[in-house]
Amino acid sequence: MNINWFTVIAQIINFLVLVWLLKRFLYKPVLTAIDERDKKIASQLENAAAKKAEAEKEYDKFLQKNDIFDKERAAQMNSVYEEADLEKQRLYHGIREEATALRKKYEASLKQREKDLTVKLKRRTKEEVFAITEKTLADLADTKLDQQVVKVFINKIENLDKDNLSKLKNAFNNNEIINVTSAFELSPISKSVLQKTLKDITGLETDFQYSIDPELISGVEINTKSYQLSWNIEAYLEVLKNNSITKDNDNESA
Amino acid sequence: MRLSPDEMIFWEYGFVKLNLTIVTTWALMLLMVLGAWAITRGLKSNIKTTRWQSVLEMLIIMIRDQIKEVGLKDPEKYIGFIGTLFLFIATSNLLSIIPWYEPPTGSLSTTVALAISVFIAVPVFGIAEGGLKGYLKSYLQPNFIMLPFNIISEISRTLALAVRLFGNIMSGGLIVSVLLSIAPFFFPIIMSALGLLTGMIQAYIFAILAGVYITAATQDAKVKKVQANAPRSGNN
Repeated sequence: MNINWFTVIAQIINFLVLVWLLKRFLYKPVLTAIDERDKKIASQLENAAAKKAEAEKEYDKFLQKNDIFDKERAAQMNSVYEEADLEKQRLYHGIREEATALRKKYEASLKQREKDLTVKLKRRTKEEVFAITEKTLADLADTKLDQQVVKVFINKIENLDKDNLSKLKNAFNNNEIINVTSAFELSPISKSVLQKTLKDITGLETDFQYSIDPELISGVEINTKSYQLSWNIEAYLEVLKNNSITKDNDNESA
Repeated sequence: MRLSPDEMIFWEYGFVKLNLTIVTTWALMLLMVLGAWAITRGLKSNIKTTRWQSVLEMLIIMIRDQIKEVGLKDPEKYIGFIGTLFLFIATSNLLSIIPWYEPPTGSLSTTVALAISVFIAVPVFGIAEGGLKGYLKSYLQPNFIMLPFNIISEISRTLALAVRLFGNIMSGGLIVSVLLSIAPFFFPIIMSALGLLTGMIQAYIFAILAGVYITAATQDAKVKKVQANAPRSGNN
């Protein structure tokens, strides 16, 4: 239990040396390392915070941009819609106009066709009527159609009003050649009857020239330079046509 | 039966006696310094470190935090002294698990040397912190009548430090040796384990008390310095 003073002094020195050595080899490097790490971590955190702030800023910017983009897109979409609407209207108008034009064209062609059909029908009717009439007239005893036609024509001449009669007379006075056109060859009897009747009515004599025109359809026509008189079935057919058209119109309006 | 490693002398020349205490202390110093050097040699300040470095850092941080908790504001300044006290005593006591090892702390000469170191360190730190005048004035607290008592307390606590550590460690070793002769199989192991615990606690107590004494000296000195400076700064 004795205290050895040399040992005490030696241990004090030993301890002081140990303090110095540990300070040199342990505390200083370790504390420095810790401090450096702390600083590093702090700087990293700071860096991270700065980056985060930057990222947030970028994010805000992005959001703003996105917002602007959305608005622009909406505006563009609106304008596109409007344009599309206008285009639609334009196309619609164009189509309507085209359709109207087409309809008019169609209507015109329909009318033309109707007209053509009417003409055809008229002719057919005339021919049919003529055929029926001729057959009917042929069937009736010994009466011949041309004689009947001439008879009717003569009857018409006899019943001419004063104005027409004077015109006819003028034609005879001027010695104009009387052209007699008929749908068929007139028999000599019919020709002489016609010439006689005209001579009786006008009291004058002139030259007659006969020609055939199937278009007339069982009719007779006299032509001079200044006067024309005709009778044929076409006149009746005209009446028939007019009547039928009037009827059609009445039906349509009804 | 040998009570102290001081009694085993290897070499003697008059007053100079090279005994087991000094030799063991040198061995411990070598071990600690080499260990510290080996670990701190490749020290990294990266986030990822070696395991040994982590252990060492934990130890150092723990010591630093303890010093801070005692009340010393600037632990880096005192960690060299207080930390070394703790590490030396702790290592010295922990190695007693090695057979035939005799801890230097089981020698009264060593504990007295450590206590004298604290006895000297306290005024040194106190004067460094608050100046000679401020430190000396702390002996007159609360008034000059307390001067002898303050001086007695200073000496007695130093003595207590030395004797406490010596008594604990020596008795631990002694008990193991006594038990070895009585019941050589089981009890010495338990007592050795208890001795390890006691050794750690003693290291902690020694270091903490040193810290407390230093804190008291520096705080007192600081208070004196502030009080001395206050009227002067008031006149300015």
